[in-house]
Amino acid sequence: MTSPGTPDLAHTPGDELVPEPDEVMLEQKETVGLSQAQIVRRRFFRHKGAMISLFVLVSILLLSVTSIGIGPIPGWWQWTPYDRPVPLNPRGEPTLSVPFFGGTGFEIGSHPMGQDQTGRDLFAAIMRGVQNTMVVIIVLGVLSTTLGVVIGAVSGYFGGWWDAVLMRLTDVIIIIPVILITAVAGFALGASGVLTVAVVMGLFFWVGLARLVRAEFLALREREFVDAARVAGASSGRIIFKHILPNTVGVIVVNMTLLLGAGILTEVALSFLGFGIRPPDISLGSLISEYTGALTTRPWLFLWPGVFVIVIVLCIQFIGDGLRDAFDPRQKRIPSRQDLKKGDQSDESAAGTN
Amino acid sequence: MAMYVVRRLIAGFFVVLGASFIVYILVANAGDPLTSTYGITDPVARAQRISSLTASLNLDVNPVFRYFIWLKGVAGCVVGQCDFGLSITTNQPVAADLVGRILITLKLVLAATVLAVLIGIAIGIVTALRQYSGFDYTVTFFTFVFFALPVFFAAVLLKEFVAIQFNDFLVEGGRIPWWFIWTAAIIAGLTAYSLTAGEQPRRLLFGGGAGIIIGGILYYMSVTQWLLDPGLGPIMIAILGLAIALGITELTAGLKNRKVLNTALTTAAAGLVLWYPLQYLFYEGMTIWLLFALAALAIAMGIGIGYLWGGDDRGLSARAGALTAFCMAAVIFLDRSMQAWNAYSNSPSIRGRPIKTIGDAQRGLEGDFWINTVDVFTHLLLPTMALILISLASYTRYTRASMLEVLNQDYIRTARAKGLTERTVVMRHAFRNALIPLATIVAFDIGGLLGGAVITETVFQWDAMGRLFQTGLLNSDPNPVMAFFLIVAIIAVVFNIIADLLYAALDPRIRVGQ
Repeated sequence: MTSPGTPDLAHTPGDELVPEPDEVMLEQKETVGLSQAQIVRRRFFRHKGAMISLFVLVSILLLSVTSIGIGPIPGWWQWTPYDRPVPLNPRGEPTLSVPFFGGTGFEIGSHPMGQDQTGRDLFAAIMRGVQNTMVVIIVLGVLSTTLGVVIGAVSGYFGGWWDAVLMRLTDVIIIIPVILITAVAGFALGASGVLTVAVVMGLFFWVGLARLVRAEFLALREREFVDAARVAGASSGRIIFKHILPNTVGVIVVNMTLLLGAGILTEVALSFLGFGIRPPDISLGSLISEYTGALTTRPWLFLWPGVFVIVIVLCIQFIGDGLRDAFDPRQKRIPSRQDLKKGDQSDESAAGTN
Repeated sequence: MAMYVVRRLIAGFFVVLGASFIVYILVANAGDPLTSTYGITDPVARAQRISSLTASLNLDVNPVFRYFIWLKGVAGCVVGQCDFGLSITTNQPVAADLVGRILITLKLVLAATVLAVLIGIAIGIVTALRQYSGFDYTVTFFTFVFFALPVFFAAVLLKEFVAIQFNDFLVEGGRIPWWFIWTAAIIAGLTAYSLTAGEQPRRLLFGGGAGIIIGGILYYMSVTQWLLDPGLGPIMIAILGLAIALGITELTAGLKNRKVLNTALTTAAAGLVLWYPLQYLFYEGMTIWLLFALAALAIAMGIGIGYLWGGDDRGLSARAGALTAFCMAAVIFLDRSMQAWNAYSNSPSIRGRPIKTIGDAQRGLEGDFWINTVDVFTHLLLPTMALILISLASYTRYTRASMLEVLNQDYIRTARAKGLTERTVVMRHAFRNALIPLATIVAFDIGGLLGGAVITETVFQWDAMGRLFQTGLLNSDPNPVMAFFLIVAIIAVVFNIIADLLYAALDPRIRVGQ
């Protein structure tokens, strides 16, 4: 079989139709004339789960920021997490009512997720918890990704002493369970605000990523394009950041989403155990911990914070899944029945015009 | 090989040393151990308490040097005199009940890990074989949800909906409601339908059959109030034995292999025959060691039967015999435990509410070996379920990914092309190679799971390693925290080495120590 790039002089083009599997045709049709980034972006946008998750995550973020405001800027919601209004319903039951879920008509009311025994509005408290979770996502993502990439890259590219020292450091950190080291370090640094907790977590979460990046660099630095860049006079920094790093973006991005999911759960668990964000500030974990005993008497207090944790982590998981599919070069889209039918029709019509 | 292990052990030793130094300095700065003395109003008593604490914890020494004092005590373990220091919350040496705590935590973690690995591998393989099916998508979605569950959230829900409501249900007479029977039957039918390959009538037959069988079993359990006084009896053991023998033969060699089939059936029949005399042995006096011995004996018997039937391919028959024998032994063990259920459930300290939400053993429970076995099960049930739910996700995903990777390789196509059955291709060619990456992941995970057990133990109020860590850190009590850390770190390092050796043992392309 001739390769598609070589011109075939024996036959004139269109002389005979070489039947090709439909899958290959579809795959080639989709990627023709696109750059790698465009292909990845396209694949990601086509991943339904990832797109829905991205939308939900951004909506939750906007809701949490606008509803109770940030710092001195007030939001549009009537309560703050620190208000103690008089319970509206007996026992502070939620005012949210949705048809078919036990409600008569759609109504949000002034305490959609209910109040606890002191009258605190649960919606406002959860929004504060979500804001803190988002801070953890951002700080942890930036800090641990930077550390992991830089340490992994230096270790993998330079090798020798750099590699030995940095990898022994990762060995030391990796055997300490994350929850233990962050709890102890957070306690030692007097971390009670979300920023310190997130920074402490970021300082210990990079090890897995660093190992992966190192492995990628070890393989890539032996490749011809790196030799070519070096012969052309590129500096080490330029080779690392301009030549090798773009080739490892897939691994980094996918690992980052996994790390963020684990990071959120760790923060929630730390706050649950009493080692993370401490009162008066609010974390979703401390809310769950506070209301654990209320499951039978006031179930909404316990269930709502948990639902938000699950939804946020789930969204990040699905985004990560979409990114992995998008970056995987072996990923093939399974053509649906309609696609195959369409392909057949276009073949027939093409054959008809000939 | 030996050189490699020694080198890794030495490196691991220094890694633990370095990590313990970092943690010690952090713990030393994590709080003032003298906080507990602030509550003492009498100045003389307070001064005494401060001086005694300072003396016992060496607080007058710089933390860096204090670390070496602590290290000297720990190094005593080499000569059999462990000194992990004093815990100021209990005023007892930490080493005193350390072994008991480790055993309790290991019981929790090992049970959950083994089950999660087995279930995860099974689900992962099936989803890989039925890639992009409705079953695959459903399972993928649920594993993602389980992964996103915080363990303490899942634990509280399990306590409420599995333990308390199940106990209520037992107290009310153990009659299964109709909606539950219908839901379970429909889910079973749909699962079987989506798993069956082939033409529509065959799939409908299997789906409908599974639904009817599950619904029938649940109806029978409801009518006879089976859950109040469960048991299998010889007839059920015979049916289960037949199913086990056929299933294991189908999975390991295929039903067409008469020798293996005969081995499995003979072993199952032997188990059934031995069931009756074993009851006397179980009654006479049963210990955990006797149980292990019997299990080993059963496996040896299965191998022997396989060897006798074997013919040309003795190894294959022996393996099937051993697996069948082990499963039969498990069924007989289950049957005997079930017989103790009613007595356990009605004993004065349980009072008809057998599923436990807290603790690792019932205080003041009196009874023989079987009553205590049931007690262990009822306490392990909820924490194990919680841990399985959260770790199932990663095992399922990894197995599925690695199975798909293997199934797409050329040698699998070769195996199919030369006309091997699908069972041989999947079980013998693909499955074994797909397990290699998983073995390392499981070994790595054990260390992490031990750390994660802190949360599980807190929610279920187990007094084991996790409690040691949490109360220690909250009360600025450094020695228990360090003891917990040291144990977890050593186990993590050892399992990391095991992971590497396992990789080399399973994959002949990997050579260690070169």
